[in-house]
Amino acid sequence: MAQEVDPQYAIFTSGLTKSFGSHNAVDALDLRVPRGSIFGFLGPNGSGKTTTIRMLLGLANISSGEVSLLGSAIPDEIGIALPKVGALVEGPAFYPYLSGRDNLIRFDAADRHAPPQTRSARVDAALARVGLTQAAGKKVHAYSLGMKQRLGIANALLQPRELLVLDEPTNGLDPQGTREVRNLIRSLAVEGITIFISSHLLVEIEQICTHLAVMSQGKIVAQGSVEELSAGEELNLTLLTSDTELAVQGLKTYGINGVIDGKSVRALIPAGAHKPEDILKSLVDTGVGVKGFTLLAPTLEERFVLLTGEGFDVER
Amino acid sequence: MLNVKKFKGSLMQSELSVLFRRRRTWAMLTTISMIPIFLAIAVKLSGSTLPPGEGPPFLDRVSQNGMFVGFTAMILAIPLFLPLTIGVVAGDTIAGEANTGTLRYLLVAPVSRTRLLIVKFLGASAFALAATFTLMITGIAIGAILFPIGPVTLLSGDVISIPAALVRIFLVAIYVTISLMGLTAIGLFISTLTVIPVGAMAATVVVSTVTQILGTLPQLAVIHPYLISYYWLGFADLLRNPISLGSFASNTLLQLAYIAIFGSLAYGRFTTKDVLS
Repeated sequence: MAQEVDPQYAIFTSGLTKSFGSHNAVDALDLRVPRGSIFGFLGPNGSGKTTTIRMLLGLANISSGEVSLLGSAIPDEIGIALPKVGALVEGPAFYPYLSGRDNLIRFDAADRHAPPQTRSARVDAALARVGLTQAAGKKVHAYSLGMKQRLGIANALLQPRELLVLDEPTNGLDPQGTREVRNLIRSLAVEGITIFISSHLLVEIEQICTHLAVMSQGKIVAQGSVEELSAGEELNLTLLTSDTELAVQGLKTYGINGVIDGKSVRALIPAGAHKPEDILKSLVDTGVGVKGFTLLAPTLEERFVLLTGEGFDVER
Repeated sequence: MLNVKKFKGSLMQSELSVLFRRRRTWAMLTTISMIPIFLAIAVKLSGSTLPPGEGPPFLDRVSQNGMFVGFTAMILAIPLFLPLTIGVVAGDTIAGEANTGTLRYLLVAPVSRTRLLIVKFLGASAFALAATFTLMITGIAIGAILFPIGPVTLLSGDVISIPAALVRIFLVAIYVTISLMGLTAIGLFISTLTVIPVGAMAATVVVSTVTQILGTLPQLAVIHPYLISYYWLGFADLLRNPISLGSFASNTLLQLAYIAIFGSLAYGRFTTKDVLS
Protein backbone atom coordinates (compact mmCIF):
# COMPACT_ATOMS: atom_id res chain seq x y z
CA MET A 1 0.00 0.00 0.00
CA ALA A 2 1.21 3.43 -0.86
CA GLN A 3 -0.22 4.83 2.32
CA GLU A 4 0.81 3.65 5.76
CA VAL A 5 -2.18 1.92 7.33
CA ASP A 6 -2.85 2.57 10.95
CA PRO A 7 -3.25 -0.89 12.57
CA GLN A 8 -6.06 0.43 14.74
CA TYR A 9 -8.41 0.20 11.76
CA ALA A 10 -10.16 -3.00 10.76
CA ILE A 11 -11.16 -1.46 7.43
CA PHE A 12 -9.21 1.38 5.89
CA THR A 13 -9.87 2.60 2.38
CA SER A 14 -8.43 5.52 0.49
CA GLY A 15 -10.04 6.84 -2.63
CA LEU A 16 -11.96 3.60 -3.13
CA THR A 17 -13.87 3.92 -6.39
CA LYS A 18 -16.03 1.63 -8.49
CA SER A 19 -17.07 2.82 -11.89
CA PHE A 20 -19.53 1.22 -14.25
CA GLY A 21 -18.81 2.95 -17.53
CA SER A 22 -18.68 6.66 -16.82
CA HIS A 23 -20.82 6.37 -13.71
CA ASN A 24 -19.11 6.07 -10.34
CA ALA A 25 -21.24 3.80 -8.18
CA VAL A 26 -18.72 4.30 -5.38
CA ASP A 27 -16.76 7.51 -5.52
CA ALA A 28 -13.45 8.05 -3.70
CA LEU A 29 -14.41 6.48 -0.40
CA ASP A 30 -12.18 7.01 2.63
CA LEU A 31 -13.65 4.59 5.14
CA ARG A 32 -12.12 4.40 8.61
CA VAL A 33 -13.52 1.54 10.63
CA PRO A 34 -11.76 1.34 14.01
CA ARG A 35 -11.09 -2.10 15.46
CA GLY A 36 -13.60 -3.06 18.12
CA SER A 37 -16.26 -0.68 16.87
CA ILE A 38 -19.81 -1.40 15.85
CA PHE A 39 -19.77 0.56 12.65
CA GLY A 40 -23.05 1.50 11.04
CA PHE A 41 -22.80 1.93 7.27
CA LEU A 42 -25.89 3.89 6.36
CA GLY A 43 -27.42 5.11 3.17
CA PRO A 44 -30.53 4.84 1.02
CA ASN A 45 -30.93 1.82 -1.23
CA GLY A 46 -28.72 2.31 -4.27
CA SER A 47 -26.24 4.62 -2.57
CA GLY A 48 -23.36 2.19 -3.14
CA LYS A 49 -23.20 0.33 0.18
CA THR A 50 -23.34 -3.19 -1.23
CA THR A 51 -20.93 -2.35 -4.05
CA THR A 52 -18.49 -1.09 -1.43
CA ILE A 53 -18.87 -4.30 0.58
CA ARG A 54 -18.33 -6.38 -2.57
CA MET A 55 -15.05 -4.58 -3.17
CA LEU A 56 -13.97 -4.94 0.46
CA LEU A 57 -14.48 -8.71 0.22
CA GLY A 58 -12.84 -9.10 -3.18
CA LEU A 59 -16.05 -10.04 -4.98
CA ALA A 60 -15.88 -7.03 -7.28
CA ASN A 61 -12.80 -5.47 -8.79
CA ILE A 62 -11.63 -2.12 -7.47
CA SER A 63 -11.64 0.54 -10.19
CA SER A 64 -9.23 2.74 -8.28
CA GLY A 65 -8.12 3.40 -4.73
CA GLU A 66 -6.83 1.15 -2.00
CA VAL A 67 -8.34 -1.14 0.60
CA SER A 68 -6.81 -2.56 3.73
CA LEU A 69 -8.87 -5.27 5.39
CA LEU A 70 -7.52 -6.28 8.83
CA GLY A 71 -4.16 -4.96 7.70
CA SER A 72 -4.05 -6.95 4.45
CA ALA A 73 -4.09 -5.23 1.10
CA ILE A 74 -7.12 -6.13 -1.02
CA PRO A 75 -7.20 -7.86 -3.47
CA ASP A 76 -3.57 -9.08 -3.32
CA GLU A 77 -3.66 -10.48 0.21
CA ILE A 78 -7.31 -11.40 0.31
CA GLY A 79 -6.53 -15.00 1.21
CA ILE A 80 -4.95 -13.78 4.45
CA ALA A 81 -7.80 -11.49 5.44
CA LEU A 82 -10.93 -13.43 4.50
CA PRO A 83 -10.58 -16.36 6.93
CA LYS A 84 -10.76 -13.79 9.72
CA VAL A 85 -13.91 -12.21 8.27
CA GLY A 86 -17.46 -13.47 8.57
CA ALA A 87 -19.83 -11.99 6.03
CA LEU A 88 -23.46 -11.66 5.14
CA VAL A 89 -23.57 -10.01 1.72
CA GLU A 90 -26.72 -8.80 0.02
CA GLY A 91 -29.03 -11.22 1.74
CA PRO A 92 -28.55 -14.86 2.63
CA ALA A 93 -28.10 -17.45 -0.15
CA PHE A 94 -28.20 -21.20 0.27
CA TYR A 95 -28.65 -24.47 -1.57
CA PRO A 96 -32.42 -24.91 -1.28
CA TYR A 97 -32.24 -28.70 -1.57
CA LEU A 98 -29.85 -29.04 1.39
CA SER A 99 -30.74 -28.73 5.07
CA GLY A 100 -29.65 -25.67 7.01
CA ARG A 101 -26.99 -27.73 8.73
CA ASP A 102 -25.67 -29.24 5.48
CA ASN A 103 -25.46 -25.77 3.96
CA LEU A 104 -23.22 -24.61 6.77
CA ILE A 105 -21.09 -27.74 6.45
CA ARG A 106 -20.71 -27.01 2.75
CA PHE A 107 -19.51 -23.43 3.31
CA ASP A 108 -17.23 -24.47 6.14
CA ALA A 109 -15.66 -27.19 3.96
CA ALA A 110 -14.99 -24.52 1.35
CA ASP A 111 -12.65 -22.77 3.79
CA ARG A 112 -9.27 -24.52 3.81
CA HIS A 113 -8.44 -22.97 7.16
CA ALA A 114 -11.45 -24.52 8.88
CA PRO A 115 -10.43 -27.67 10.76
CA PRO A 116 -12.68 -30.56 9.65
CA GLN A 117 -12.34 -32.30 13.02
CA THR A 118 -14.32 -29.58 14.79
CA ARG A 119 -16.67 -28.84 11.88
CA SER A 120 -19.71 -30.58 13.25
CA ALA A 121 -19.37 -28.99 16.69
CA ARG A 122 -18.78 -25.53 15.27
CA VAL A 123 -21.77 -25.79 12.95
CA ASP A 124 -24.00 -26.85 15.84
CA ALA A 125 -22.71 -24.00 18.01
CA ALA A 126 -23.38 -21.45 15.26
CA LEU A 127 -26.90 -22.84 14.74
CA ALA A 128 -27.57 -22.68 18.47
CA ARG A 129 -26.32 -19.12 18.64
CA VAL A 130 -28.96 -17.94 16.17
CA GLY A 131 -31.67 -20.21 17.57
CA LEU A 132 -31.94 -22.57 14.61
CA THR A 133 -31.11 -25.84 16.36
CA GLN A 134 -34.67 -27.10 15.97
CA ALA A 135 -34.80 -26.33 12.25
CA ALA A 136 -31.25 -27.47 11.46
CA GLY A 137 -32.37 -30.64 9.68
CA LYS A 138 -35.04 -28.96 7.55
CA LYS A 139 -34.32 -28.22 3.90
CA VAL A 140 -33.64 -24.53 3.37
CA HIS A 141 -36.43 -24.13 0.78
CA ALA A 142 -38.82 -24.61 3.69
CA TYR A 143 -37.21 -21.77 5.68
CA SER A 144 -38.86 -18.39 6.09
CA LEU A 145 -36.88 -15.30 5.07
CA GLY A 146 -36.18 -14.60 8.73
CA MET A 147 -34.80 -18.10 9.24
CA LYS A 148 -32.59 -17.75 6.17
CA GLN A 149 -31.34 -14.44 7.50
CA ARG A 150 -30.43 -16.10 10.80
CA LEU A 151 -28.77 -18.99 8.99
CA GLY A 152 -26.75 -16.42 7.06
CA ILE A 153 -25.57 -14.92 10.33
CA ALA A 154 -24.75 -18.41 11.62
CA ASN A 155 -22.63 -18.92 8.49
CA ALA A 156 -20.67 -15.78 9.35
CA LEU A 157 -20.06 -17.17 12.84
CA LEU A 158 -18.71 -20.60 11.89
CA GLN A 159 -15.26 -19.67 13.09
CA PRO A 160 -13.83 -17.15 15.53
CA ARG A 161 -13.68 -13.94 13.51
CA GLU A 162 -12.01 -10.59 13.91
CA LEU A 163 -14.47 -8.79 11.69
CA LEU A 164 -18.09 -9.36 10.79
CA VAL A 165 -19.47 -7.67 7.69
CA LEU A 166 -23.25 -7.74 7.86
CA ASP A 167 -25.13 -6.28 4.92
CA GLU A 168 -28.71 -5.43 5.95
CA PRO A 169 -28.85 -8.22 8.57
CA THR A 170 -32.32 -7.30 9.79
CA ASN A 171 -34.01 -7.45 6.38
CA GLY A 172 -37.05 -9.66 6.51
CA LEU A 173 -36.96 -10.01 10.27
CA ASP A 174 -39.95 -9.20 12.46
CA PRO A 175 -39.45 -6.74 15.36
CA GLN A 176 -38.69 -9.62 17.71
CA GLY A 177 -36.11 -11.04 15.27
CA THR A 178 -34.58 -7.59 14.81
CA ARG A 179 -34.19 -7.27 18.56
CA GLU A 180 -32.55 -10.69 18.74
CA VAL A 181 -30.09 -9.77 16.01
CA ARG A 182 -29.25 -6.54 17.82
CA ASN A 183 -28.62 -8.44 21.04
CA LEU A 184 -26.48 -10.95 19.20
CA ILE A 185 -24.41 -8.16 17.66
CA ARG A 186 -23.97 -6.55 21.08
CA SER A 187 -22.75 -9.81 22.58
CA LEU A 188 -20.31 -10.32 19.71
CA ALA A 189 -18.97 -6.80 20.12
CA VAL A 190 -18.35 -7.53 23.80
CA GLU A 191 -16.06 -10.34 22.63
CA GLY A 192 -14.00 -7.71 20.82
CA ILE A 193 -15.15 -8.48 17.27
CA THR A 194 -15.37 -5.49 14.96
CA ILE A 195 -18.79 -5.31 13.38
CA PHE A 196 -19.45 -3.50 10.14
CA ILE A 197 -23.17 -3.37 9.59
CA SER A 198 -24.92 -1.77 6.67
CA SER A 199 -28.50 -0.63 6.71
CA HIS A 200 -30.86 1.75 5.00
CA LEU A 201 -32.74 2.16 8.28
CA LEU A 202 -30.98 4.25 10.86
CA VAL A 203 -33.51 3.43 13.55
CA GLU A 204 -32.66 -0.26 13.30
CA ILE A 205 -29.04 0.17 14.22
CA GLU A 206 -28.50 3.57 15.83
CA GLN A 207 -29.02 2.08 19.28
CA ILE A 208 -26.09 -0.28 18.97
CA CYS A 209 -23.58 1.57 16.80
CA THR A 210 -20.51 3.27 18.16
CA HIS A 211 -19.53 4.72 14.79
CA LEU A 212 -21.40 5.68 11.65
CA ALA A 213 -20.74 6.53 8.06
CA VAL A 214 -23.48 7.90 5.83
CA MET A 215 -23.42 7.20 2.11
CA SER A 216 -25.28 9.14 -0.51
CA GLN A 217 -24.91 8.65 -4.25
CA GLY A 218 -21.63 6.81 -3.92
CA LYS A 219 -19.99 9.26 -1.54
CA ILE A 220 -19.52 9.40 2.20
CA VAL A 221 -21.34 12.49 3.43
CA ALA A 222 -20.58 12.00 7.13
CA GLN A 223 -18.38 9.70 9.15
CA GLY A 224 -17.28 9.46 12.75
CA SER A 225 -18.27 8.30 16.21
CA VAL A 226 -21.92 8.65 17.15
CA GLU A 227 -20.98 11.37 19.68
CA GLU A 228 -19.13 13.35 17.04
CA LEU A 229 -21.99 13.08 14.61
CA SER A 230 -24.63 14.02 17.20
CA ALA A 231 -22.64 17.00 18.41
CA GLY A 232 -23.23 19.04 15.29
CA GLU A 233 -24.19 22.64 16.02
CA GLU A 234 -26.82 23.14 13.37
CA LEU A 235 -30.28 23.84 14.64
CA ASN A 236 -33.61 22.89 13.24
CA LEU A 237 -35.89 25.87 12.89
CA THR A 238 -39.65 25.57 12.72
CA LEU A 239 -41.40 28.83 12.06
CA LEU A 240 -45.17 29.00 12.46
CA THR A 241 -46.58 31.70 10.19
CA SER A 242 -49.19 32.36 7.53
CA ASP A 243 -46.69 34.44 5.53
CA THR A 244 -44.68 31.42 4.46
CA GLU A 245 -43.49 32.81 1.11
CA LEU A 246 -42.25 36.00 2.72
CA ALA A 247 -40.48 34.04 5.44
CA VAL A 248 -38.67 31.89 2.87
CA GLN A 249 -37.51 35.04 1.10
CA GLY A 250 -36.36 36.53 4.36
CA LEU A 251 -34.38 33.43 5.22
CA LYS A 252 -32.78 33.47 1.79
CA THR A 253 -31.10 36.79 2.55
CA TYR A 254 -29.20 34.90 5.26
CA GLY A 255 -28.30 32.15 2.80
CA ILE A 256 -30.68 29.71 4.49
CA ASN A 257 -33.03 27.45 2.54
CA GLY A 258 -36.50 27.35 3.99
CA VAL A 259 -38.98 24.62 3.13
CA ILE A 260 -42.70 25.34 3.34
CA ASP A 261 -44.60 22.70 5.24
CA GLY A 262 -48.26 23.67 5.50
CA LYS A 263 -48.50 26.63 7.86
CA SER A 264 -44.90 26.45 8.86
CA VAL A 265 -41.44 26.89 7.41
CA ARG A 266 -38.62 24.52 8.25
CA ALA A 267 -34.98 25.33 7.87
CA LEU A 268 -31.57 24.26 9.06
CA ILE A 269 -29.56 27.07 10.61
CA PRO A 270 -25.83 26.48 10.37
CA ALA A 271 -23.70 27.10 13.41
CA GLY A 272 -22.00 30.41 14.10
CA ALA A 273 -23.04 32.37 11.04
CA HIS A 274 -26.05 34.25 12.38
CA LYS A 275 -27.73 34.39 15.71
CA PRO A 276 -31.27 32.96 15.50
CA GLU A 277 -32.63 35.97 17.40
CA ASP A 278 -31.25 38.31 14.71
CA ILE A 279 -32.93 36.25 12.03
CA LEU A 280 -36.23 36.39 13.92
CA LYS A 281 -36.00 40.14 14.34
CA SER A 282 -35.32 40.73 10.65
CA LEU A 283 -38.21 38.44 9.66
CA VAL A 284 -40.60 40.36 11.89
CA ASP A 285 -39.24 43.65 10.51
CA THR A 286 -39.99 42.58 6.95
CA GLY A 287 -43.60 41.91 7.94
CA VAL A 288 -43.70 38.19 8.59
CA GLY A 289 -46.35 37.41 11.18
CA VAL A 290 -44.55 34.99 13.44
CA LYS A 291 -46.79 32.80 15.59
CA GLY A 292 -44.11 30.43 16.74
CA PHE A 293 -40.35 30.10 16.53
CA THR A 294 -38.88 26.77 17.63
CA LEU A 295 -35.23 25.73 17.59
CA LEU A 296 -34.22 22.11 18.08
CA ALA A 297 -30.98 20.24 17.75
CA PRO A 298 -31.75 17.71 15.02
CA THR A 299 -31.97 14.05 15.89
CA LEU A 300 -29.51 11.72 14.24
CA GLU A 301 -32.22 10.63 11.88
CA GLU A 302 -33.13 14.14 10.80
CA ARG A 303 -29.47 14.86 10.20
CA PHE A 304 -29.29 11.65 8.21
CA VAL A 305 -32.26 12.62 6.06
CA LEU A 306 -30.77 16.06 5.47
CA LEU A 307 -27.45 14.52 4.47
CA THR A 308 -28.89 12.02 2.04
CA GLY A 309 -31.46 14.36 0.55
CA GLU A 310 -35.10 14.02 -0.38
CA GLY A 311 -36.70 10.75 -1.32
CA PHE A 312 -34.91 8.86 1.38
CA ASP A 313 -36.64 5.74 2.56
CA VAL A 314 -37.51 6.44 6.18
CA GLU A 315 -39.91 3.61 6.83
CA ARG A 316 -39.76 2.41 10.38
CA MET B 1 -0.77 -39.53 -4.44
CA LEU B 2 -4.25 -38.76 -3.23
CA ASN B 3 -4.13 -37.86 0.40
CA VAL B 4 -7.31 -39.43 1.74
CA LYS B 5 -7.17 -37.68 5.07
CA LYS B 6 -6.84 -34.30 3.41
CA PHE B 7 -9.58 -35.11 0.90
CA LYS B 8 -12.01 -35.98 3.65
CA GLY B 9 -13.84 -32.80 4.58
CA SER B 10 -12.43 -30.84 1.66
CA LEU B 11 -14.26 -28.72 -0.89
CA MET B 12 -13.83 -31.51 -3.46
CA GLN B 13 -15.59 -33.98 -1.21
CA SER B 14 -18.27 -31.42 -0.46
CA GLU B 15 -18.75 -30.77 -4.18
CA LEU B 16 -19.23 -34.47 -4.92
CA SER B 17 -21.55 -34.91 -1.99
CA VAL B 18 -23.70 -31.95 -3.05
CA LEU B 19 -23.72 -33.08 -6.70
CA PHE B 20 -24.71 -36.64 -5.88
CA ARG B 21 -27.31 -35.64 -3.35
CA ARG B 22 -29.24 -33.64 -5.93
CA ARG B 23 -32.38 -35.26 -7.18
CA ARG B 24 -31.57 -33.97 -10.65
CA THR B 25 -28.34 -35.95 -10.75
CA TRP B 26 -30.14 -39.14 -9.82
CA ALA B 27 -32.90 -38.44 -12.33
CA MET B 28 -30.30 -38.16 -15.08
CA LEU B 29 -28.45 -41.30 -14.00
CA THR B 30 -31.74 -43.19 -13.82
CA THR B 31 -32.66 -42.06 -17.31
CA ILE B 32 -29.24 -43.10 -18.57
CA SER B 33 -29.74 -46.58 -17.10
CA MET B 34 -33.05 -46.77 -18.96
CA ILE B 35 -31.24 -46.70 -22.31
CA PRO B 36 -29.73 -50.23 -22.08
CA ILE B 37 -32.85 -51.51 -20.33
CA PHE B 38 -35.22 -50.35 -23.09
CA LEU B 39 -32.79 -51.51 -25.73
CA ALA B 40 -32.54 -55.00 -24.25
CA ILE B 41 -36.29 -55.30 -23.77
CA ALA B 42 -36.94 -54.16 -27.34
CA VAL B 43 -34.55 -56.75 -28.71
CA LYS B 44 -35.99 -59.45 -26.47
CA LEU B 45 -39.59 -58.68 -27.46
CA SER B 46 -38.91 -58.44 -31.17
CA GLY B 47 -37.58 -61.98 -31.02
CA SER B 48 -36.32 -62.02 -34.56
CA THR B 49 -32.60 -61.78 -35.11
CA LEU B 50 -31.48 -58.87 -37.19
CA PRO B 51 -29.30 -59.55 -40.18
CA PRO B 52 -25.77 -58.35 -39.42
CA GLY B 53 -25.17 -54.71 -40.36
CA GLU B 54 -28.69 -53.47 -39.70
CA GLY B 55 -29.45 -51.00 -36.93
CA PRO B 56 -26.76 -49.62 -34.66
CA PRO B 57 -23.45 -51.51 -34.49
CA PHE B 58 -23.48 -54.61 -32.32
CA LEU B 59 -27.29 -54.64 -32.19
CA ASP B 60 -27.43 -57.87 -34.14
CA ARG B 61 -25.22 -59.55 -31.54
CA VAL B 62 -27.23 -58.56 -28.47
CA SER B 63 -29.65 -61.46 -28.57
CA GLN B 64 -26.81 -63.96 -28.78
CA ASN B 65 -24.67 -62.40 -26.08
CA GLY B 66 -25.93 -60.05 -23.39
CA MET B 67 -22.45 -58.58 -23.00
CA PHE B 68 -23.15 -56.46 -26.07
CA VAL B 69 -26.06 -54.54 -24.55
CA GLY B 70 -23.69 -52.05 -22.89
CA PHE B 71 -21.71 -51.39 -26.09
CA THR B 72 -24.83 -50.86 -28.18
CA ALA B 73 -26.46 -48.61 -25.59
CA MET B 74 -23.26 -46.58 -25.40
CA ILE B 75 -23.30 -45.99 -29.14
CA LEU B 76 -26.91 -44.85 -28.89
CA ALA B 77 -26.21 -42.51 -25.94
CA ILE B 78 -23.02 -40.82 -27.15
CA PRO B 79 -24.35 -38.43 -29.81
CA LEU B 80 -27.25 -36.95 -27.88
CA PHE B 81 -28.04 -38.15 -24.44
CA LEU B 82 -24.66 -38.12 -22.75
CA PRO B 83 -23.77 -34.62 -24.09
CA LEU B 84 -27.17 -33.47 -22.87
CA THR B 85 -26.47 -34.55 -19.31
CA ILE B 86 -22.95 -33.11 -19.48
CA GLY B 87 -24.47 -29.85 -20.69
CA VAL B 88 -26.75 -29.79 -17.65
CA VAL B 89 -24.00 -30.52 -15.13
CA ALA B 90 -21.17 -28.49 -16.71
CA GLY B 91 -23.43 -25.56 -17.62
CA ASP B 92 -24.64 -25.42 -14.03
CA THR B 93 -21.16 -25.37 -12.42
CA ILE B 94 -20.56 -21.64 -11.98
CA ALA B 95 -23.80 -20.15 -13.31
CA GLY B 96 -25.84 -22.30 -10.91
CA GLU B 97 -23.88 -21.07 -7.90
CA ALA B 98 -24.12 -17.49 -9.18
CA ASN B 99 -27.86 -17.90 -9.68
CA THR B 100 -28.55 -19.04 -6.12
CA GLY B 101 -26.08 -16.48 -4.76
CA THR B 102 -24.05 -19.22 -3.09
CA LEU B 103 -21.10 -18.27 -5.31
CA ARG B 104 -20.42 -15.16 -3.25
CA TYR B 105 -20.50 -17.14 -0.03
CA LEU B 106 -18.08 -19.73 -1.40
CA LEU B 107 -15.72 -16.96 -2.49
CA VAL B 108 -15.76 -15.21 0.87
CA ALA B 109 -15.47 -18.53 2.76
CA PRO B 110 -12.82 -18.14 1.22
CA VAL B 111 -12.22 -20.32 -1.83
CA SER B 112 -9.81 -19.02 -4.43
CA ARG B 113 -11.48 -18.72 -7.81
CA THR B 114 -8.90 -20.98 -9.45
CA ARG B 115 -9.51 -23.72 -6.88
CA LEU B 116 -13.26 -23.43 -7.33
CA LEU B 117 -12.92 -23.80 -11.11
CA ILE B 118 -10.76 -26.91 -10.73
CA VAL B 119 -13.12 -28.46 -8.19
CA LYS B 120 -16.11 -27.70 -10.43
CA PHE B 121 -14.39 -29.25 -13.45
CA LEU B 122 -13.43 -32.37 -11.54
CA GLY B 123 -16.94 -32.63 -10.10
CA ALA B 124 -18.54 -32.47 -13.54
CA SER B 125 -16.00 -35.00 -14.83
CA ALA B 126 -16.91 -37.30 -11.94
CA PHE B 127 -20.49 -37.08 -13.13
CA ALA B 128 -19.39 -38.10 -16.65
CA LEU B 129 -17.61 -41.10 -15.14
CA ALA B 130 -20.69 -42.01 -13.12
CA ALA B 131 -22.87 -41.66 -16.22
CA THR B 132 -20.78 -43.93 -18.47
CA PHE B 133 -20.34 -46.58 -15.78
CA THR B 134 -24.04 -46.47 -14.91
CA LEU B 135 -24.82 -47.15 -18.55
CA MET B 136 -22.27 -49.96 -18.92
CA ILE B 137 -23.08 -51.70 -15.65
CA THR B 138 -26.82 -51.54 -16.25
CA GLY B 139 -26.14 -52.87 -19.74
CA ILE B 140 -24.27 -55.89 -18.44
CA ALA B 141 -26.87 -56.51 -15.75
CA ILE B 142 -29.90 -56.38 -18.05
CA GLY B 143 -27.97 -58.33 -20.69
CA ALA B 144 -27.23 -61.06 -18.19
CA ILE B 145 -30.87 -61.20 -17.14
CA LEU B 146 -32.44 -61.35 -20.60
CA PHE B 147 -29.82 -63.02 -22.77
CA PRO B 148 -27.18 -65.69 -22.63
CA ILE B 149 -23.78 -64.50 -21.49
CA GLY B 150 -20.62 -65.91 -22.88
CA PRO B 151 -17.21 -65.29 -24.31
CA VAL B 152 -17.22 -62.26 -26.58
CA THR B 153 -16.33 -62.29 -30.25
CA LEU B 154 -14.32 -59.18 -31.02
CA LEU B 155 -14.45 -57.14 -34.22
CA SER B 156 -11.22 -58.81 -35.25
CA GLY B 157 -12.90 -62.20 -34.98
CA ASP B 158 -11.02 -63.31 -31.87
CA VAL B 159 -12.94 -64.64 -28.92
CA ILE B 160 -12.12 -63.40 -25.44
CA SER B 161 -13.27 -64.64 -22.03
CA ILE B 162 -15.87 -62.86 -19.92
CA PRO B 163 -13.29 -61.34 -17.50
CA ALA B 164 -11.24 -60.08 -20.45
CA ALA B 165 -14.43 -58.66 -21.96
CA LEU B 166 -15.16 -56.84 -18.69
CA VAL B 167 -11.76 -55.17 -18.96
CA ARG B 168 -12.69 -54.00 -22.48
CA ILE B 169 -16.01 -52.68 -21.17
CA PHE B 170 -14.17 -50.81 -18.44
CA LEU B 171 -11.83 -49.29 -21.06
CA VAL B 172 -14.74 -48.21 -23.23
CA ALA B 173 -16.39 -46.46 -20.28
CA ILE B 174 -13.12 -44.65 -19.54
CA TYR B 175 -12.78 -43.76 -23.23
CA VAL B 176 -16.26 -42.22 -23.33
CA THR B 177 -15.65 -40.35 -20.06
CA ILE B 178 -12.52 -38.78 -21.54
CA SER B 179 -14.48 -38.00 -24.71
CA LEU B 180 -16.89 -35.95 -22.63
CA MET B 181 -14.25 -33.99 -20.72
CA GLY B 182 -13.55 -31.53 -23.53
CA LEU B 183 -17.26 -30.73 -23.64
CA THR B 184 -17.20 -30.40 -19.85
CA ALA B 185 -14.48 -27.74 -20.16
CA ILE B 186 -16.55 -25.89 -22.77
CA GLY B 187 -19.58 -26.03 -20.48
CA LEU B 188 -17.50 -24.74 -17.58
CA PHE B 189 -16.32 -21.78 -19.65
CA ILE B 190 -19.83 -20.94 -20.85
CA SER B 191 -21.00 -21.21 -17.26
CA THR B 192 -18.63 -18.39 -16.23
CA LEU B 193 -20.28 -16.08 -18.76
CA THR B 194 -23.76 -16.00 -17.31
CA VAL B 195 -25.78 -16.17 -14.13
CA ILE B 196 -28.57 -18.10 -15.86
CA PRO B 197 -27.72 -21.80 -15.64
CA VAL B 198 -30.32 -22.90 -18.20
CA GLY B 199 -28.68 -20.64 -20.77
CA ALA B 200 -25.26 -22.16 -20.14
CA MET B 201 -26.71 -25.69 -20.28
CA ALA B 202 -28.47 -25.05 -23.58
CA ALA B 203 -25.41 -23.39 -25.10
CA THR B 204 -23.23 -26.36 -24.17
CA VAL B 205 -25.66 -28.78 -25.79
CA VAL B 206 -25.80 -26.56 -28.87
CA VAL B 207 -21.99 -26.70 -29.14
CA SER B 208 -22.09 -30.49 -28.98
CA THR B 209 -24.83 -30.69 -31.62
CA VAL B 210 -23.27 -28.19 -34.01
CA THR B 211 -19.94 -29.96 -33.74
CA GLN B 212 -21.51 -33.25 -34.72
CA ILE B 213 -23.35 -31.66 -37.64
CA LEU B 214 -20.09 -30.15 -38.89
CA GLY B 215 -18.58 -33.60 -38.51
CA THR B 216 -21.05 -35.00 -41.05
CA LEU B 217 -20.25 -32.44 -43.78
CA PRO B 218 -17.64 -33.90 -46.14
CA GLN B 219 -16.79 -30.39 -47.38
CA LEU B 220 -15.36 -29.67 -43.94
CA ALA B 221 -13.19 -32.78 -43.81
CA VAL B 222 -10.12 -30.59 -43.18
CA ILE B 223 -11.36 -29.53 -39.77
CA HIS B 224 -12.92 -32.84 -38.78
CA PRO B 225 -9.90 -34.15 -36.83
CA TYR B 226 -10.05 -31.05 -34.64
CA LEU B 227 -13.73 -31.36 -33.79
CA ILE B 228 -14.43 -32.33 -30.22
CA SER B 229 -16.70 -35.16 -31.34
CA TYR B 230 -14.26 -36.60 -33.91
CA TYR B 231 -13.30 -39.67 -31.83
CA TRP B 232 -16.57 -40.01 -29.91
CA LEU B 233 -17.61 -43.19 -31.68
CA GLY B 234 -14.06 -44.40 -32.19
CA PHE B 235 -13.87 -46.89 -29.38
CA ALA B 236 -14.17 -49.83 -31.79
CA ASP B 237 -10.36 -50.01 -31.68
CA LEU B 238 -10.67 -51.17 -28.12
CA LEU B 239 -12.68 -54.15 -29.34
CA ARG B 240 -9.98 -55.69 -31.48
CA ASN B 241 -7.26 -58.17 -30.75
CA PRO B 242 -4.52 -57.20 -30.20
CA ILE B 243 -6.02 -54.14 -28.55
CA SER B 244 -5.23 -50.93 -30.42
CA LEU B 245 -4.85 -47.83 -28.24
CA GLY B 246 -4.29 -45.45 -31.16
CA SER B 247 -7.66 -43.74 -31.09
CA PHE B 248 -7.62 -43.81 -27.29
CA ALA B 249 -4.40 -41.78 -27.30
CA SER B 250 -5.52 -39.40 -30.09
CA ASN B 251 -8.83 -38.82 -28.38
CA THR B 252 -7.16 -38.14 -25.04
CA LEU B 253 -4.80 -35.66 -26.68
CA LEU B 254 -7.64 -33.88 -28.46
CA GLN B 255 -9.71 -33.68 -25.27
CA LEU B 256 -6.69 -32.39 -23.31
CA ALA B 257 -6.26 -29.65 -25.90
CA TYR B 258 -9.91 -28.63 -25.45
CA ILE B 259 -9.51 -28.74 -21.67
CA ALA B 260 -6.42 -26.53 -21.91
CA ILE B 261 -8.06 -23.99 -24.21
CA PHE B 262 -11.43 -23.72 -22.52
CA GLY B 263 -9.93 -24.14 -19.05
CA SER B 264 -7.73 -21.10 -19.74
CA LEU B 265 -10.67 -19.13 -21.10
CA ALA B 266 -12.74 -20.02 -18.04
CA TYR B 267 -9.82 -19.04 -15.81
CA GLY B 268 -9.31 -15.75 -17.63
CA ARG B 269 -12.96 -14.91 -17.40
CA PHE B 270 -13.77 -16.14 -13.92
CA THR B 271 -10.74 -14.77 -12.06
CA THR B 272 -11.33 -11.25 -13.31
CA LYS B 273 -15.07 -10.91 -13.29
CA ASP B 274 -17.17 -9.01 -10.79
CA VAL B 275 -19.41 -11.31 -8.81
CA LEU B 276 -22.49 -9.14 -8.59
CA SER B 277 -25.16 -11.77 -8.15
